[in-house]
Amino acid sequence: MPQYTNFLYSFHFYLFGLIAIASALAFVTRKSPVAAALWLVNTMFCLAALFVLLDAPFVGIIQILVYAGAIMVVFLFVIMLLNLGQGAVSDARGWLARLAAAGIGLALLAQLAATRHSEPVSAVAFAPDSLAIIQKSQGAVPPVAGPLFNQYLLAFEVTSVLLLVAIVGAVVIGRRRGEFLGGPRDAH
Amino acid sequence: MLTESLAISAVLFTIGVVGVLIRRNAIIVFMCVELMLNAVNLTFVAFSRHYGFAGQVFVIFVMTVAAAEAAVGLAIVIANFRHRQTVDLQNINLLRG
Repeated sequence: MPQYTNFLYSFHFYLFGLIAIASALAFVTRKSPVAAALWLVNTMFCLAALFVLLDAPFVGIIQILVYAGAIMVVFLFVIMLLNLGQGAVSDARGWLARLAAAGIGLALLAQLAATRHSEPVSAVAFAPDSLAIIQKSQGAVPPVAGPLFNQYLLAFEVTSVLLLVAIVGAVVIGRRRGEFLGGPRDAH
Repeated sequence: MLTESLAISAVLFTIGVVGVLIRRNAIIVFMCVELMLNAVNLTFVAFSRHYGFAGQVFVIFVMTVAAAEAAVGLAIVIANFRHRQTVDLQNINLLRG
């Protein structure tokens, strides 16, 4: 009996999905950037739960560690650094822009909904519970690490170069003018 | 659960797009982009149940790119704030000529 057909599984799946969508709606409507960031963290936690329910526990943990733990902390840190936390004035655009955004959003949603009939191609499709069986015998990490370090090794190495470039770029863009160049701070 | 995952993912992506369109705070616009990347990650994981573990590997790559994007983007926001004392996107029009 595959685990995904039972009632508790569906209940939790819909529950976390609904919380994720509700938190995302709260996120885009909050005035205060800090409140918005915390709602987005809530969305990411719910998505991590969905990843675990979809037989991807390692990705779920990485989602919490990297997204909710690291990336969102950087966002909160910048909000704190720039002292933007008050949110007294709404930064939403006017009614015309909101109507246009609603129209574009509905059109996009309709387009995405039109793809719902696409079924997995049966020639390459796994049975839905085959991932859980593989994880039961090999553990959660090795099935993900295997392709990462064999089939996608080149992409992995390119990613490390990307991270290096991003770090150097962030340092260069973020410094004050004249800093790190050997001169005094005010020398332009 | 594939259909449900794709529906949740589509709704989250649309919320992200609408957020980018209606907000003027540069940091919130960045967070909307993160929300869109998360929605795409959900699609990858949902399809990886049917097509094997490559989808989960891709999610890890997407997260790495998101981290790099956040670092560089926030550095740009800080540099711009130092220059203009604001993160409002209406005041960031350097390339408008």
